[in-house]
Amino acid sequence: MNLKESALNMRRNIIEMVYTAQSGHPGGSLSACDIVCYLYLKEMNITKENARSYKRDRFVLSKGHASPLLYAALCEKGLLDQKELCGFRQIDSKLQGHPNMNYVEGVDMSTGSLGQGISAAVGMAIANKLDKREDRVYCLLGDGECEEGEVYEALMSASHNKLDNLCLILDYNHLQIDGDIKDVAGPEPFKEKFEAFGLKVLEIDGHDFNAIEEAFNKARAEKGRPTMIIAHTIKGKGVSFMENNYAWHGSAPNSEQYEKAMQELGGEA
Amino acid sequence: MASTREAYGKALVELGKEKDNVVVLDADLTKSTKTSDFKKVFPERHFNMGIAEANMMGVAAGLAASGKIVYASSFAMFAAGRAFEQIRNSICYPNLNVKVCATHAGISVGEDGASHQAIEDIALMRAIPNMKVFVPSDEFETRAIIKAVYDISGPCYVRMGRSNVAAVFDENYQYQFGKGIVLKTGMKLAIIACGLMVQKALKVSTMLKNYDPTIVNINTIKPIDEALLVDVAKHHDIIVTLEEHSVIGGLGSAVSECLAPYGIACKHYSLGMRDVFGRSGKSDDLFKYYHLDEDSIAKYIDELK
Repeated sequence: MNLKESALNMRRNIIEMVYTAQSGHPGGSLSACDIVCYLYLKEMNITKENARSYKRDRFVLSKGHASPLLYAALCEKGLLDQKELCGFRQIDSKLQGHPNMNYVEGVDMSTGSLGQGISAAVGMAIANKLDKREDRVYCLLGDGECEEGEVYEALMSASHNKLDNLCLILDYNHLQIDGDIKDVAGPEPFKEKFEAFGLKVLEIDGHDFNAIEEAFNKARAEKGRPTMIIAHTIKGKGVSFMENNYAWHGSAPNSEQYEKAMQELGGEA
Repeated sequence: MASTREAYGKALVELGKEKDNVVVLDADLTKSTKTSDFKKVFPERHFNMGIAEANMMGVAAGLAASGKIVYASSFAMFAAGRAFEQIRNSICYPNLNVKVCATHAGISVGEDGASHQAIEDIALMRAIPNMKVFVPSDEFETRAIIKAVYDISGPCYVRMGRSNVAAVFDENYQYQFGKGIVLKTGMKLAIIACGLMVQKALKVSTMLKNYDPTIVNINTIKPIDEALLVDVAKHHDIIVTLEEHSVIGGLGSAVSECLAPYGIACKHYSLGMRDVFGRSGKSDDLFKYYHLDEDSIAKYIDELK
């Protein structure tokens, strides 16, 4: 399995979904694409057979607006039919604007209201400990999302309950809907905050598969506390005109932009 | 005399003995909500999440998404109020098995005052799709409802009080989901109450000069017992609802919403908190202050025509 090819295909599907719906969030889907690609294809033990069960590794997309990314990952893994993707955000589709766990097999938590997914991930990790299961829980947070107070309540409880089966990932792309996180609300510094909350903190290039693999292995080896992987990423990664531009947080490309994006991603428009 | 919250603590322990997948969460109020009873017997299945109700509801959702049946407790103000959106989006939208068991609801909280007296929680909770809403009147009804919601799929909200209340029922009480209970059959006027107002209604019925009322206990606000309400409306000229909750969105509103389309010639008066905040004071004094004590209610009803 070629991770780079898979990630590229996921990026094409993300663009395709948002373009077809003329609605959705491409920027933050593209920034975390490599991490989530690795999670579904290499790290987590999810399969077609166990997708319905909670007795497996699970992923909570706390930044629920990156739903195109989750749907693309499920599709890449063979858990979601490619032809479902064109229904994204449409009235007759199960692919809601923000993911619904009861509509799509493999979606582990309904998310969308920022700051809430991480709490659910903490609950799942506590349940695994209670049941003495080795399954792990992964949770992707946005950097803008870390302006929500609930995130810190959840970090406190993750640390207090010694959830070493919980691996949090921060998609540190610096941009939120209204602009640079520095200008909007100033949620930084992250590393110091997470360390102060008692987490093991790793910093990586979120587009480097080797670094991603190494970080997940370190997180797996960590005992007695949860891990936070701060993944330095580029918002809109892979589509030149979307990169580092917050205007692409939640807007869809027009037909010209769509064609250009697909060309850059090595696909046919 | 016992409080509904005391009955809650005892019922949790009984449930914990029967069901391995019951997990209890609390937000630094274990002695007040009485989840401390469960903690004593099952410390490994009780989690104190601290003063962080929003996270507690999300954690409850995650546990429920992992096969647990979660009883999450705090005061009604901080459960239904503070964590409203977590209950809506993380628990009710995914239809997860979380039982939000809130104590210290209404003005009977007393001395703590308006900041701690939830008078909007029924309105908030019943507006959310998938949520079921329960208001037990006494210890026996509380015990039965706490056990019943274990088997009622999806999110449930159980509203309990701080103060001691007289028993309405006894050990033989059987709870039927969605069924109101006619406690006394009278004529012309029916009093429909929930929670500790049921006891007040029973007392009021002995004090009235001009009416011999029917008394109905609506222990389940949602789904409400439509058949019973329609029957009551058809056979009475006046309905008076009683609740220690705002008249906006609570039991009275639920009864009105239910009956309005039928166009039955039956007046409905809604007694409760009339769009005002509570205040500090002894519980009994507060009921007098807001004209929700037995004397005030009896006087009000006797003057109805």
